[in-house]
Amino acid sequence: MKHGFQAVLRTGVRSLLLHKLRSILTTLGVLFGVASVVAMLAIGEGASEEAQEQIKKLGSQNVILRSVKPPENLASNESTRVSSYGLTDTDLQRVRESFPGVRRAVPVRQLAQEVRYGDRVGNPRVLATVPEYADVTGRPLSEGRFLSTEDERRRLNVCVLGYEVARYLLPFRSAIGEQIKIGAEYFTCVGVLLPRVPLSGDPPAPGSEVTGEVFLPLSTGRLWFGDTQVKIRSGSREMEQVELHEIIAEASAPENVPMLAAASREMLTRRHKQKDYEVVVPLELLLRAEETKRIFNIVLGSIAGISLLVGGIGIMNVMLATVTERTREIGIRRALGAQRRHIVVQFLVETVVLSVGGGLLGIMLGVGIPWFVEYWFGMRTVVTPEAPILAFLISAGIGVIFGLYPAWRAARMDPVEALRHE
Amino acid sequence: MKTIVAELRDVRRVYQMGATQVAALDGVSCAFGQGEYWSIMGTSGSGKSTLLNILGCLDRATSGSYTVRGREVSTLPDDELSTLRGREIGFIFQSYNLIPQLDVLENVLMPLQYRDDPPPDAEERAMHLLGRVGLSERIHHRPTELSGGQQQRVAIARALVTDPAILLADEATGNLDSKTALEILDLFDELHREGKTILLVTHEPTVGARAERTLRLKDGKVLEVRENRV
Ligand SMILES: Nc1ncnc2c1ncn2[C@@H]1O[C@H](COP(=O)(O)OP(=O)(O)OP(=O)(O)O)[C@@H](O)[C@H]1O
Ligand SMILES: [Mg+2]
Repeated sequence: MKHGFQAVLRTGVRSLLLHKLRSILTTLGVLFGVASVVAMLAIGEGASEEAQEQIKKLGSQNVILRSVKPPENLASNESTRVSSYGLTDTDLQRVRESFPGVRRAVPVRQLAQEVRYGDRVGNPRVLATVPEYADVTGRPLSEGRFLSTEDERRRLNVCVLGYEVARYLLPFRSAIGEQIKIGAEYFTCVGVLLPRVPLSGDPPAPGSEVTGEVFLPLSTGRLWFGDTQVKIRSGSREMEQVELHEIIAEASAPENVPMLAAASREMLTRRHKQKDYEVVVPLELLLRAEETKRIFNIVLGSIAGISLLVGGIGIMNVMLATVTERTREIGIRRALGAQRRHIVVQFLVETVVLSVGGGLLGIMLGVGIPWFVEYWFGMRTVVTPEAPILAFLISAGIGVIFGLYPAWRAARMDPVEALRHE
Repeated sequence: MKTIVAELRDVRRVYQMGATQVAALDGVSCAFGQGEYWSIMGTSGSGKSTLLNILGCLDRATSGSYTVRGREVSTLPDDELSTLRGREIGFIFQSYNLIPQLDVLENVLMPLQYRDDPPPDAEERAMHLLGRVGLSERIHHRPTELSGGQQQRVAIARALVTDPAILLADEATGNLDSKTALEILDLFDELHREGKTILLVTHEPTVGARAERTLRLKDGKVLEVRENRV
């Protein structure tokens, strides 16, 4: 039987080669169907992995409360005024003390100060925060140390530089121990963080050529820069008074995140007269991203399904024509001892060879497209090993499904009629 | 007494043509013995091909019984009929009926491919038969590269490869010129001397006369059975 199958496969391939162009054209439907499945899965997977990574960097166990300038203030025309809004120390207190499921909460102030070393000046995000920040947001150090409780208690002039800032200010040597000027004060650099892919949530400050952050103790920040900041915007001076720009609350367990998020929203709505805050829940974003991916996959699946269906119908059409064309051959084979199942297998093998051939070429094209997209558009793509395997199985399945009917038609023929066929 | 290889008893084959019925065979009874060489003759439409199709297990009788080596065929399921054709029947057609995408050797081997237990010496057997019909040099040629007579000889080798009980030839020389036809008929004579059972359908009297016996049909009935004096 093994030998017999080889013979069947050989004759099948040879029959297909008899009409090379027709066979190639027939496989195109499956080829493009499979290629689009593999390519779109790879692009979708890449996009979703990127999104998930970014969201995870925010900390999937965290709830982030942010100060947002309310719209009424934005519309103000006065040339000079002080707008006071946003999260307060009291809010932090409440989050820390009365929230269920919170492990710790980290305050962050953003200072609009220039950073300088020698003649190099930049405007990275300057964040005044507490030692737990590094832990809660999961930022590993490349050298030195992060802010300590000692720094915080003694209001020391120390700072930690983000990797990009360190490279910008001191391109050729270690920043540790150097005096960095922030605003009008000098700060000793005690640590440098590892680099990090820029987040969609924190673009570089406007007008700044340097991305990344500089961290200093919250108490030190209060001491030197106070709560009021002056922003120059399109000719007018604007004063802002914001106590805290961010509170990052870490849940004690992943399952407590929704409870923590709900409590935060509820507290803020109750305590703040205006909507001068927003609550960002990375876990919710993650779930939403997964939902988006699921919908994307359904849409992709339907498109691919339709194109594969069209490909399959194309194959079936050609096979039906082939069966008619080879009626006489079928009659001869039947007269010489072929059972119906032999005829079924013969034509099924031909359809499967066609569809699997198209499938394999489609997989190659489908792996090539993401590579091309990645190379030219810099989009991340991920070809998971399952995608080509799935595509291969689908194309083989198409061969079987759409080959069955023509093969059955061939096998059902009356041998006498078939032999008489011209 | 000779063993009977194939026997028909009161076989009818009726075609339904709309409202009317056409009896292509109308009560045919006959027996073919081991090693006999028969010609089947009759005018066009007398039922020769219909008879041969039934004898070859390609078609079933509408009524009556047909036995091959004592085994009743008319009630066998389709798959067993196929197997029977592959083992006991060797077909030789008027238009050769080789498969164009296969070469000569593959065409000859084809009937063995459908056996559950293909003989291990299949290839030698095929080569030997191709040698007998004088085509050893052409085993890797395509049928289209051969003359009609050569194609028919390939078909004969193909019919013999399964070592069948009966060789059935329907107008086997009908497409050939007279010289080539004679070569093929000589080959039949040779096979007959070796003890093969041969049934040859023809409407040419000279061809029919070369067989030991002639069965003459008319309107689906046996008109006469005659011994030929050679
Ligand atoms: N499939 C069919 N449907 C209807 N009638 C048929 C069919 N096949 C054969 N017949 C009829 O049966 C009769 C016998 O046909 P058959 O082909 O056996 O003749 P034949 O003796 O082989 O003739 P020829 O010498 O021309 O080949 C004819 O009348 C023919 O019309
Ligand atoms: Mg006929």
